[in-house]
Amino acid sequence: MTDTITSMSVSAALKSPESAARLKARYRAEMRFRFYGRAAIGIAAGILIFLLSSIVYNSIPAFTQNFVGLDIELAQDKIDPNFSNDTEIIASADWQGLIKASLRREFPEVNARADKRELYDLVSSGGGDWVRDFVLDNPQSIGSVVRISVPTSDDIDLLIKGLIDRTLPESDRLVSNKELVWLDHYTAQGRVHTQFAWTLFTSGDSREPEMAGLSGAFIGSLLTILVTLAVSFPIGVMAAIYLEELAPKNRITSIIEVNINNLAAVPSIVFGLLGLAVFISFFQLPRSAPLVGGLVLSLMTLPTIIIATRASLASIPPSIREAALGIGASRLQVIFHHVLPLAMPGILTGTIIGLAQAAGETAPLLMIGMMAFIVDTPTDITSKATVLPAQIYMWANNPERAFLPKTSAAIVVLLLFLLTVNATAIYFRKKFEKRW
Amino acid sequence: MSYEGENKIQSTGVQVYYGETRALHGIDLNIGANEVTSLIGPSGCGKSTFLRCINRMNDVIEGCRVEGSVFIDGDDIYADHMDVVELRARVGMVFQKPNPFPKSIYDNVAYGPRIHGLAPTKEALDHMVETSLRRAGLWQEVHDRLGDTGSGLSGGQQQRLCIARAIAVNPDVVLMDEPCSALDPIATAVIEELIEELKSEYTIVIVTHSMQQASRVSQKTAYFHLGNVVEFGDTSQIFSNPKNTQTEAYISGRIG
Ligand SMILES: Nc1ncnc2c1ncn2[C@@H]1O[C@H](COP(=O)(O)OP(=O)(O)O)[C@@H](O)[C@H]1O
Ligand SMILES: [Mg+2]
Repeated sequence: MTDTITSMSVSAALKSPESAARLKARYRAEMRFRFYGRAAIGIAAGILIFLLSSIVYNSIPAFTQNFVGLDIELAQDKIDPNFSNDTEIIASADWQGLIKASLRREFPEVNARADKRELYDLVSSGGGDWVRDFVLDNPQSIGSVVRISVPTSDDIDLLIKGLIDRTLPESDRLVSNKELVWLDHYTAQGRVHTQFAWTLFTSGDSREPEMAGLSGAFIGSLLTILVTLAVSFPIGVMAAIYLEELAPKNRITSIIEVNINNLAAVPSIVFGLLGLAVFISFFQLPRSAPLVGGLVLSLMTLPTIIIATRASLASIPPSIREAALGIGASRLQVIFHHVLPLAMPGILTGTIIGLAQAAGETAPLLMIGMMAFIVDTPTDITSKATVLPAQIYMWANNPERAFLPKTSAAIVVLLLFLLTVNATAIYFRKKFEKRW
Repeated sequence: MSYEGENKIQSTGVQVYYGETRALHGIDLNIGANEVTSLIGPSGCGKSTFLRCINRMNDVIEGCRVEGSVFIDGDDIYADHMDVVELRARVGMVFQKPNPFPKSIYDNVAYGPRIHGLAPTKEALDHMVETSLRRAGLWQEVHDRLGDTGSGLSGGQQQRLCIARAIAVNPDVVLMDEPCSALDPIATAVIEELIEELKSEYTIVIVTHSMQQASRVSQKTAYFHLGNVVEFGDTSQIFSNPKNTQTEAYISGRIG
C-alpha cells in the first residue's frame, strides 16, 4: 500500500508544472555549460591559430633571397698571379674587390666616393663568397668575364620583396633614389632573380642579415639537447627506479621526494647561476659550450624525468609484479624484465616533455654564455655555440629590418625542431606500447 | 621425497601483522604432501594472508610482519639463510585474477625456466614449455599460436596458462588463491579436473569460496575464522560432520 502511494506521488510530482520548469532549467544549464566549454576551446584555438599564422606569415620573406647577376672579370693577376693553381691562394683573393670593379664598369658615370660606396651597397658585403665558390668550382673560368649571381644587400632584398615602399619620399626610405636607378638597370636586363634562401640553413650567424643563418644555433641546440638527454635520462630513470621500487619508505626518502618535487618548480635562471658557479668556475669547463649548456639543462630536466618515471612505474598493475615474484624472479628481474618495459612509453613521454622544455629554454643558458654572437657552427660539445631560442632573441633585438622575417623564420624552425622531437617520442611510445 | 599424506608444510604459531593490526593469530597447520588442502572461511578471515606466508609473498607488502615459523620439508623458510627466490621457485603460486605477462604464450611459460637456468638449450626449453602446457591442459588449444600474446586468451585459458607458468619450474608446492573466482562454470570445471591431475606430482593448497569446489577437489579442509583455524580435518568429515558450530554455520550458509 505504502509503495503505491510513494510511487504515485513521485510520478505525480514529475507531472507537476514545477517539475517541468526544473527540467527546462536543467536543460538550459547543460546548454550553457556546453557553450562555455566550446567558447573556451574556441578562444584557445583562435589565439593559437592567430599566433602561428602570424609567425608563419611574417617568416615567409626570410625563405627567399634575391640575387643580381654581375659580370665579373676574373682577372688572372687579381686571383692567382703566379699561376700556382693552389686553392688556398685562390680562395684568399680579394673577391669583394672584383665585385666592386664589376659595379664600377657597369656604371662608369659614378665617380664621387660617397656615390661609389652607395653603389657597392647594392650587393651584400659577403657577396665575395659566391664569386669565390664559383671560381673554386670552375677554375677554368679564370681569365674571362663571367656573369655570377651574388646576393643583394638586405635593404635591396626587402625592396624587391615589396617590404620597402619605393613610392615613399626618399628621406623616409632605406633605399636612395640612385640605388633605385641602379637596381632598375639590372632588373630591366632580367639580371635580378629570386631563389630559395639556403643561407638561412647553411650558414652561421652574421651581422649582415642576408648572410645570417641558423646552422650554428641549430647544431648548438642539437648538441645541447643530446648532452641533456645523455645525462638526465639514465640518471633520472635510475633515481626514479630506486626511489619507487627499492628505497625503504622512511623520513630520508620522503624528504628527498619532496625536494625533487620542489626542484621541478625552481626558476630556470637559478640553474644557470648554479651551472656558472659549479661547472664553469669550479670545474673549469669551457664557457658557451653545449657541454655545459646540456649539464645545466639536465639539472632542470632531471626532476621532470624522475617524476614522470615514478608515476609511470607506479601505474604498472601490481598483478604483473606478483606474477613475476611468484615464480621466483628477484626484485631486479621484476623491474628490468617486466615493470620497466611496460613503463617505457610513460617514461619516454616524460623525458620528451622535459627535453622539449629544455630545448626552448634561454634563461639558464644566458648565465653560462650561450647567448652570444657566434659565427662558426659548433663541431663538438666543447666548441662555442648558441642555441635556437637564444638566436631568436638576438635576432629580434637586431636593429636591421631584414632581421624581422629572419626572427619569425627562426621561430618556425624551432617549432619544427620541437615538433620533430615530439614526433620521435610518439613513434617510440607506439613502438614500446603493449596491451595487457 | 615425500609420499602422500606425509607432512609437507608445517606451520607453527604463525602470526601476521599488517602494521599494528594482527590478521592471523597463531596458525598451526600441517599440510600433507601430494594432496589438495583447501582453505575456506568468510572474507577477510586471513586465508590469502596465510597462503602468502607459505611462499613469503608477504615480504613485499609494506608494513607486513610475520611471526612464528613455516617449515617446508623440514626447512624453516623464515630462517636467515633461506633465499626467497629459491623458495618461490619451489613454491609456485596461482592468483585470483589470471595475470599472464604481456608477452607471448611461449615466453610466459618459458620465463621461470629461463631465470632459474633450468633449460640449457633451446630444445630443452621448448620441451619444458610443451610439457607444462600439456600438464595444464592447454597444449591442444595453443600449440599452433605460441607466439601470440597471453592476454589474448579467454579467462579460463589465461588461468591455465598461469598454472602452466607456475609448474614450468617444477615446484614442490602450488598455492592457488581463489583460482576460479573470475571464471565461468565450464572453465572452472576444467581447472578442477586439472587440480585433480596435478595433485599426484604437487602438493596443492587452494583458497576457495565455493563449498562445492572444496569438497570436489580437496582431501583436507581448513576452516578459517577471524584469523584463526577453527577446524582442520578430512574434507569429507568437515562437510558431513563438522565438529565446530561455527564451521557448521558457515558450511550451511549461515555465515557468509
Ligand atoms: N596488504 C594489506 N594491508 C593491510 N591489511 C591487509 C592487507 N591484506 C589483507 N589485510 C587484512 O588482513 C585481513 C585478512 O585478509 P585476507 O588474508 O586477504 O583475507 P581473505 O583472503 O580470507 O579474504 C583482512 O582484515 C584484511 O583487511
Ligand atoms: Mg583472499
